Amino acid sequence: MVKIDIQRLNIWFGAAQALKNITMQVKKNEILCAIGPSNSGKTSFLRMLNRLNDLTLSFRMSGSVLLDGRDITKIDIELIRKKIGMVFAMPSPLPLSVFDNVAYGVRMSGVRNKHSLEEAVETALKQAYLWQEMKDRLHESAFKLSGGQQQRLCIARTLAVQPEVILFDEPCSGLDPISTAKVEEAMLKLKKDYTIILVTNNVKQAARVGDRTAFFLTGELIELDQTEKIFTAPSDRRTDDYIRGRFG
Amino acid sequence: MTSLQRQKIAFALLFLANLLVIVPVGLIVFIIIQKGWPAMTWQFITDIPRQGMRAGGIFPAIVGTIYLVSGAIVFALPVGLLAAIYLSEYAKDNLLTRIIKLAIVNLAGVPSVVYGLFGLVLFVSFCKFGASILSGSLTLGIMILPIIITASREALESVPHVFREVSLSLGASKWQTIRHIVLPNAIPGIITGTILGIGRAAGETAPILFTVAAFYLPRLPSSVFDQVMALPYHLYVISTQVPNVDPKITYGTALVLLILVLFVNLIAIIIRARFRKKKKW
Amino acid sequence: MRKIKEFIIEKLIFFCGLASIFFVILIFLFLLKEGLSLLTIVGPFEFLAGKSWYPISEPPQLGILPLILGSLFVTIGAAIISVPIGIACAVYIAEIAPAKIKEVLKAGIELLAAIPSVVLGFIGMMTLVPWVKNLFDIPTGLTAFSGSIMLAFMAMPTIVSIAEDALYSVPKSYKEGALALGATHWQTIYRVILPAASSGIVAAVMLGIGRVIGETMAVMMITGNAAAIPKSILQPVRTLTATIAAEMGETVVGSEHYFALFAIGIVLFVISFAINVTSDFFLHKDQRV
Repeated sequence: MVKIDIQRLNIWFGAAQALKNITMQVKKNEILCAIGPSNSGKTSFLRMLNRLNDLTLSFRMSGSVLLDGRDITKIDIELIRKKIGMVFAMPSPLPLSVFDNVAYGVRMSGVRNKHSLEEAVETALKQAYLWQEMKDRLHESAFKLSGGQQQRLCIARTLAVQPEVILFDEPCSGLDPISTAKVEEAMLKLKKDYTIILVTNNVKQAARVGDRTAFFLTGELIELDQTEKIFTAPSDRRTDDYIRGRFG
Repeated sequence: MTSLQRQKIAFALLFLANLLVIVPVGLIVFIIIQKGWPAMTWQFITDIPRQGMRAGGIFPAIVGTIYLVSGAIVFALPVGLLAAIYLSEYAKDNLLTRIIKLAIVNLAGVPSVVYGLFGLVLFVSFCKFGASILSGSLTLGIMILPIIITASREALESVPHVFREVSLSLGASKWQTIRHIVLPNAIPGIITGTILGIGRAAGETAPILFTVAAFYLPRLPSSVFDQVMALPYHLYVISTQVPNVDPKITYGTALVLLILVLFVNLIAIIIRARFRKKKKW
Repeated sequence: MRKIKEFIIEKLIFFCGLASIFFVILIFLFLLKEGLSLLTIVGPFEFLAGKSWYPISEPPQLGILPLILGSLFVTIGAAIISVPIGIACAVYIAEIAPAKIKEVLKAGIELLAAIPSVVLGFIGMMTLVPWVKNLFDIPTGLTAFSGSIMLAFMAMPTIVSIAEDALYSVPKSYKEGALALGATHWQTIYRVILPAASSGIVAAVMLGIGRVIGETMAVMMITGNAAAIPKSILQPVRTLTATIAAEMGETVVGSEHYFALFAIGIVLFVISFAINVTSDFFLHKDQRV
């Protein structure tokens, strides 16, 4: 079932075109990986989906992006960002306590009741496999956590607003292998309830967790297929070159 | 002469230039403290001026200055803070923004006596507030507006951009993001700017000359439409307009004003230093 | 409900954002409103170039040339003293001073900036003025020269801090390049760093001069306030600012004298506007390239 339908999407920042004529679909409950060298447009693609590109003054676009058949530029911007959550490249806790970090989005959507907030925080932390480590540290500053814990906290924070789609922007770029494994494990378990799009610089990570993989190069979508096919028998030679580390 | 010898001479001259500035500053502070200290009694601070300001204390002037400064802040802080929020969070890179920035620079450069003229026509005459605390406070408030805007804007802009993106990505609106994430993290800088504005407002004389300051008024004001004495104007009056004032009293008044202004600045410096240590990101 | 609240708040933020423009225009308009009435009495040339300022004679003579010259004498004197010393201070602080000394110097200059002008004027009256009187053996120490020294001192924080910023913003690579070629530190400073920071330093000097022209209380207390065309810097003068401050209290609202003081206000406003716009141009010149 198609969750996100992208038709002839072009994106510009000033005169520079970041994405060229992208048409693709994201299926419900899959992990779709986007790989490609830097400046390939994969991050602009991700930030398009929850409309963070709108923050850049020189941003322009054409084409359409539909979430469950509805144009995302015509839905209320705060609602779209609740439905499509985002986990950033570097662990980026807000300068608040662990509890307040997770409760932030829920509070902003108008929930004031202490009990509901506590419940939401506990559920989200459990989903991110962080509850055991955090249940006695809820009121410490989030900056005191380790990098891996911080990143899982950011995942929990995103889950707490009950999104339908989660965007991961190179979520493991600052993490050690053990923390990376924990984040990947969380992603694999999350996909039964969520649709996940993962932008990564680490090709092996795409091979480990991706159901399908998209290869971007200089703003174009070169190839999108089952991960296994991309990694064993890609139809475009440039995909093969990139995966084998010949450039980028 | 070798180039190294030349360097030595040049550096010595540059150091000397600094002494030419720093030594007089030290001397000024020293002289005021030395000559003003004997006047510093409890009575001097809490009594009204007596015998045509040649004896007694300066209490009404201290109170007047505190009223004027408070009034100025009540006006300038909200307007200045919101203006800073506009510039840091909403303004696009366009002509309007450039004009606003230029206007702020100009507002900061308008001579203080011109503020006095402006306050006189707008508040005293046109708005019919008369020479009053209200007129004087508003005039001082507009004068310190650029200080508050500039400091608050710097504080707001120093909050990392990623915090805003995170907050927005969790479905918060722009205003919620400003209110719950940007403002709380900019507060120390905003307070510092406000305090510097207080220091400036407390020491200025020219803007209050025609808008509020009373030559001699040995009682406390009862409403915002009353005139008041103010410390800087009082110092001007007793050092130039009243003959035969005991230098102890003029130096004492100068010392009180200096302590007030420096104390306010010291608080700003302490807040700034503490915050730098505690900074979380 | 929340949407409506936020809409109102954002409109309020926008209006406060415009407040500075609003106030600059308001100041100018109100000065014009009162000051332009003067043109019905004296022509602009007569006003700016008239040689006598006798506002309360009958009929009043309202020529501000003596006041302009008074401001000019004091300002030029202050610039001659403060520009070289101020730039020297900035260079020493930014490039040479060891960390500890730098902290002390910067704190001293911040302290100077914080001292109210009326306090400096008072101290100038008590110390500087008698010193000038004795040094030159003249009848009064309340002269343009005393004013210049005091104002040079007061312009120092502005000049030093802005010039210092300009020096810091010179890319490190320039300095390292010159040092690597075997230039001494001093040669690097005056051949590479000073020229690279020149537009910021020009802005610093202009803003310092702006501060001097606008300064009121200290200058009123120590320049002697004689509204005659000065022949030497060792004579008392009266500046534009001091004239307004000293005479406004005694005028009748709506009199020719009152209008004339506002016209002086317009002159001051225009001068400060020109200085600020130009220095802003110099400050942002390098960024635009």
